[in-house]
Amino acid sequence: MQKHRYLHIIIVFVAVFFTGVVAAQELPPAPNPPKLVNDYAGVLSEDQKQLLENKLVAFNDSTSTQISIVLIQSTGIYPVDDYAIALYRAWGIGQKDKNNGALILAAMTDRRMTIITGYGLEGSLPDGICKRIIELVIKPAFKEQNYYEGLDAATTEMMQRVKGEYTADEANNDASGSVLGAIVIVILIFFFIFFARVITVKRYARLNNLGFWTAWMLLNAADNANRRNSGGGWSGGSSWGGGSSWGGGSSGGFGGFGGGSTGGGGATGGW
Amino acid sequence: MKRSFIIIGVILLIVFIIYRFFAGTYNQMVSEDENVKNKWAQVENQYQQRMDLIPNLVNTVKGAAEFEKGTLTAVVEARASATQVKVDPSQLTPENIEKFQAAQGQLSTALGRLLMVVENYPNLKANQNFLELQATLEGTERRIAVARKDFNDAAQSFNTYIRKFPQTLLAGMFGFREKGYFQAEKGAEKAPEVKF
Repeated sequence: MQKHRYLHIIIVFVAVFFTGVVAAQELPPAPNPPKLVNDYAGVLSEDQKQLLENKLVAFNDSTSTQISIVLIQSTGIYPVDDYAIALYRAWGIGQKDKNNGALILAAMTDRRMTIITGYGLEGSLPDGICKRIIELVIKPAFKEQNYYEGLDAATTEMMQRVKGEYTADEANNDASGSVLGAIVIVILIFFFIFFARVITVKRYARLNNLGFWTAWMLLNAADNANRRNSGGGWSGGSSWGGGSSWGGGSSGGFGGFGGGSTGGGGATGGW
Repeated sequence: MKRSFIIIGVILLIVFIIYRFFAGTYNQMVSEDENVKNKWAQVENQYQQRMDLIPNLVNTVKGAAEFEKGTLTAVVEARASATQVKVDPSQLTPENIEKFQAAQGQLSTALGRLLMVVENYPNLKANQNFLELQATLEGTERRIAVARKDFNDAAQSFNTYIRKFPQTLLAGMFGFREKGYFQAEKGAEKAPEVKF
C-alpha cells in the first residue's frame, strides 16, 4: 500500500513536470540593455526595429503599459502559447502591481503567432479581440511578408484599446510622496537642533545665573566669534538631503520590464 | 541561590526556543497554505468562467445549425454535474481534487465533441459571434492550464514543506494535510483542441 502511494506520487510529479513546462534554459534571456522589440529571427530592418521600439517605449512612458514584440525562428516542441507564457513570466512584462503587459510572439518558421495578455490587460484586450487582431491585422500582413506593417498596425490597435486603462501617474505619486517625506525629515531635524540649542542655553543660563534670552544672545555672540576664528560651529558644515534626486524621470531608452505576470489570456493563430 | 537562577534561565531559554520553533513553523505553514488556497481560487475562477461561457455557446450553436441534440444535451448535462462538484478550499485533498478534475474532465470531453461536430457547419464557422466565443473558450482553456500549473507548483511547495523534518511532526498536530495535484491530461480529459 505504502509502496503504491509513493509510486503514485512519483508518477504525478513526472507528469506534472513534463507537460507544458518550458525549461528556462530554452528561453532567450531578458534582453540587456532592456528592449521591447526583440527580433531574434532577423526579419525586421534596423530602422523598422527602432520605429517600433520608439513607439512602444513612448507608450510605456505615458501609460506604464508594456507591449513587447518577440520574433523567433521556432518554439521547438512547445505550443507557441506555452512558450510565450513561459517567456512572458521569465521576463516579467508589465508593472508588477498592475500586470499591464502584453507579448506578441511570432515563430517565423513555424508560422505560428500568439498574443499573450497580462492579468491587468485581460479587460481591455479580451481573448476575442486578440484573436481578431491576429486574424484581421497580423495574419494578412504576414502572409505578404509585410512583417513590420502587421506589427505596427497590431500595436496601434492594441494601444488604442488599452489607452486610458492605466496611466504613468505612479512615478509622479512616488515623487511627491518622497518630497513630502523629505520635508518632514528636515523639519524634524530643525526641531531637534532647536531643542538641543534650548537645552544648551538653559544650562548656560543656570550656570551663569543669567536670564534665558540673555544667555541665548551671549551664546550666539560667542559662537559667531568662534566661527569667525576657527570656521567651525554647531551649524556649519552639515548638509542633509543634498544630492538626492526624487522622481527624476528617465527619458530616452526603455527602463526595463516591471515584473508583471500573466494568467494566459490572449489568442493564438497561424499564417 | 545562584544555581536556581541558572536553572530558571535555562528553562526560560528552552521554552523560548520551543516557542520560536512552533511559531515559525506554524506561521510558515499558514502562509504556504494560504498560497495554495489562493491558487486554488484562481483554478475555480477559470473553470467557472468556462461554465459561464457554455450557455452562450450552446445558444449560438443551436441557433446556427440544425444540430444533433445529443451533443448539445451532453454538454449541458456535463456542465450541470460539474457545477455540483464543489471543493472546500480547506479540504484540498488528493481525493477531492481528483473528483473535481473528473467532473470538469467530463465537461471538457463533451465540449471537445461539440467543437468537433461544429467543423461540419461552415455557416457557423463564418459566424463572427461564434468565432469570438471560440477564441474566448480557447483562451479560457489556456488560463485553466496556467492556473492548474500554478496550483500544482504551490501545492508541491506546501507538501514539500510539511513533509520535511521537523515540520512533519507539527503538520499533523496542527491539522495541515497533504494537498492533491492536478494530473496531467489523459486522453479522456484532454481539453478541447480548438482548431481554426
